[in-house]
Amino acid sequence: MKLEIHHLNTWYGRAHILFDVHARVGHGEVVAFLGRNGAGKTTTFASIVGLVPGITGDIVFDGTTVSGRKAHEIVRLGLGYVPEDRRIFTDLTVEENLMVGRQPPREGAPTWTPDMLYTLFPNLAEMRKRPGGQMSGGEQQMLTIARTLMGNPSLVLLDEPSEGLAPKIVEQMAEALTEMKRQGLTIILSEQNLHFARLISDRAYIIEKGRIRYEGTMDELEANPQVRDAYLAV
Amino acid sequence: MDFLFVQFLNGLASASALFLVASGLSIIFGVTRIVNFAHGAFYMLGAYVAYTLTTTLTGPLGFWVALPLAAVIVAALGALVEMTLLRRIYEAPELFQLLATFGLTLMVEDLVVLIWGPEDLLGPRAPGLEGAVNIFGQLFPAYDLMLIALGPIVLAGLWLLFHKTRWGVLVRAATQDRTMVAALGVNQAWLFTSVFTLGIFLAALGGAVQIPREAVHHMMDLQIIVEAFVIVVIGGLGNVFGAFLAAFIIAELNAFGILLFPKISLVLVFLVMAVVLVVRPWGLLGKPEGAARAAVGTALQPWKRLGARGRNLSLGLLLVLALLPVFAGNYLLAVSTEILIFVLFAASLHLMMGVGGMVSFGHAAYFGLGAYGAALLVRFTGAPMEVGLWAGPLLAVAGAALFGWFCVRLSGVYLAMLTLAFAQIVWSIVFQWYEVTGGDNGILGIWPSSWASDPMVFYYLTLGIVTLGILAIRRIVFAPFGYAVRGCRDSVLRAESIGMNRMSLQWLCFTLAGSFAGFAGVLYAYLKGSVFPDVLAIPTSVDGLVMVLLGGIQTVAGPVVGAAVYEALSIYMTSETDLWKLILGGLIVVLVVAFPEGIVGFWQRRVQPLLSDRDGRDEEPAREGTA
Repeated sequence: MKLEIHHLNTWYGRAHILFDVHARVGHGEVVAFLGRNGAGKTTTFASIVGLVPGITGDIVFDGTTVSGRKAHEIVRLGLGYVPEDRRIFTDLTVEENLMVGRQPPREGAPTWTPDMLYTLFPNLAEMRKRPGGQMSGGEQQMLTIARTLMGNPSLVLLDEPSEGLAPKIVEQMAEALTEMKRQGLTIILSEQNLHFARLISDRAYIIEKGRIRYEGTMDELEANPQVRDAYLAV
Repeated sequence: MDFLFVQFLNGLASASALFLVASGLSIIFGVTRIVNFAHGAFYMLGAYVAYTLTTTLTGPLGFWVALPLAAVIVAALGALVEMTLLRRIYEAPELFQLLATFGLTLMVEDLVVLIWGPEDLLGPRAPGLEGAVNIFGQLFPAYDLMLIALGPIVLAGLWLLFHKTRWGVLVRAATQDRTMVAALGVNQAWLFTSVFTLGIFLAALGGAVQIPREAVHHMMDLQIIVEAFVIVVIGGLGNVFGAFLAAFIIAELNAFGILLFPKISLVLVFLVMAVVLVVRPWGLLGKPEGAARAAVGTALQPWKRLGARGRNLSLGLLLVLALLPVFAGNYLLAVSTEILIFVLFAASLHLMMGVGGMVSFGHAAYFGLGAYGAALLVRFTGAPMEVGLWAGPLLAVAGAALFGWFCVRLSGVYLAMLTLAFAQIVWSIVFQWYEVTGGDNGILGIWPSSWASDPMVFYYLTLGIVTLGILAIRRIVFAPFGYAVRGCRDSVLRAESIGMNRMSLQWLCFTLAGSFAGFAGVLYAYLKGSVFPDVLAIPTSVDGLVMVLLGGIQTVAGPVVGAAVYEALSIYMTSETDLWKLILGGLIVVLVVAFPEGIVGFWQRRVQPLLSDRDGRDEEPAREGTA
């Protein structure tokens, strides 16, 4: 298994947010965490990557227990994280943003160079010297993903990559993710947009009110409209 | 004309050293968010170490090796401090690091006297640059020309470092969003250490290059730290170019202010800072800050009115205080009176900081205005204490209302610096307006009326007023107004979107806090029988901050406990030992590490849960929401 989560419980202060969340993700799989706003998707990702202090349970990445370790240590094991709100460095140019993400190449994970990333996201190639603050939302989203890939991760957590993007950009994003998958990356993405998730994911977990409510393949979920309507319907 | 040009060059030479210190401070704040009060202390250490090295290393090259070497040695010391002390408290509430670095400053002030003695030390002249250069018929030291060049050279070096190296890019990224930098696999701990070390290196270098120009002494730190803060804020926090520009402005102001406006020379710098902040709230080259981290005063746990136990405890304490005169002598009574006064002072500062979320670096202004309000009444009208006691604070109320109107338009450190600017303006006016305030000589003969002149009676009077003041503050905290102000503190956006007028609420809170401080100041004037500009000066403001933080800013009772502990300790130390700064500073550092939530916070979070058998999860509240 690439990533295993057992009995993950997360607290913000005294507020209990995640309840016994579990998941198993295999090598090279693309898995979607689906759920409405506030269901606990972002908290799950932040917990995995070590950005939330109050967690219990086990998170095992490539056979190493990472729960309780610091964010930068977890990331350096090859677990890349793309946050929801983009959080690019607005004062830094595209090139410099990529430089911040740079980590040494890693065995068992694709190695990325800025040039490869400019091929993956052609929009970025045209604005290497532009400050991140002067880019559109879609371009910023691409830059966050490219920045994380600079760390040569073997697994990427993508928090709502399609959120707030124009349909045309969403298409480009799906293509890029498919290419990342082809390179052998394991991808976990969180989505509210079932259509987007369906384009690239093999399996899905549905999370609601901090609990896993459903797990299955994308095809099974397709065939199960009640589940979809109960937890995801708009 | 020629003289003016040379004076301009003099200003430039001072600007370089100021820039070195301020840029270091700015870089450290930008990345670590630490308001490094000890920056001046490291500057001073740089000068002392350079003095020792230049007098030991011989040969013509010795001097030129000694200066950078001194900076390297002090920077290594800075790295040590960061790793052993600051690293433990990054997670503590913002400003707590300020307290730790303040403790450090106190320690260093005593340490340099222990090591180098109390006398002024004169450094050697720079080999090769001993002479003077003739500029338009005026003699100008050659060494100062070198200093003039140093500033731009360091600026260029820093620019290259920040734009052409990965480390520099990481630093700039972390200045904007350090959590994200960690989430990209960068070890924050080492980034912080290296940034802190660079900042200290610059400060120490700034100190080291001063030794051929100025005598080295153990008060150098306070002098420079205030100017460095002013420069950082005028330039824009975290902006090195801004620091350069501001250092130039301030140094030239100092150089020409003394010529053109000798009567108000002290006030000029702060006047300029106030104007800059009012016109450009983020400094000349700064950018508006993104959403702030959790506000300073955000509660560890919801504030509650006192329960039965708390009320009994308070009543018991009041009873003990009421019975104190039965067994205490006059000295102890006077000390207790003073402690009580500072309890009210700290509580008023807490009303502004903890409740209102407005950090003040200049709370002494209102304390001092109260004191001078009473003193001026006595001096010019001969009013008795009964009048002074109530009319004196009016000056503080007026000051707080006036300054507060400007301050509430800013937030965060900029607001804090504006409060400092106003406090310094008031201090400068009092210090230089000799005809009215008596300047440095103060105003004497402010004695209580005869019925209250007995220490016991004055003690009871103080106890009464302070108790009423504390009760009033608590009443405010738990009144609808208090809820509204706390709402604005925790989320401006949410408060305003439900129709609260943040600025008027905070303005009222600011004015109220200033008024209570004014009452404390008046009592202080009558206790001492005299008023000096010191009551308005920075150390008084810092004392207030230390009391509030030490007690626990996130609690309601914190300032009362913090003030009592700190004031009692410092009175005791100053009377018992010459090394009181070393001991008190060390104590503050230990307390900060041991009780990062303050004394009362520690009690509430660690001790109280053991006393009551409620089982509640005891977790750090999330500082940066990710849900």
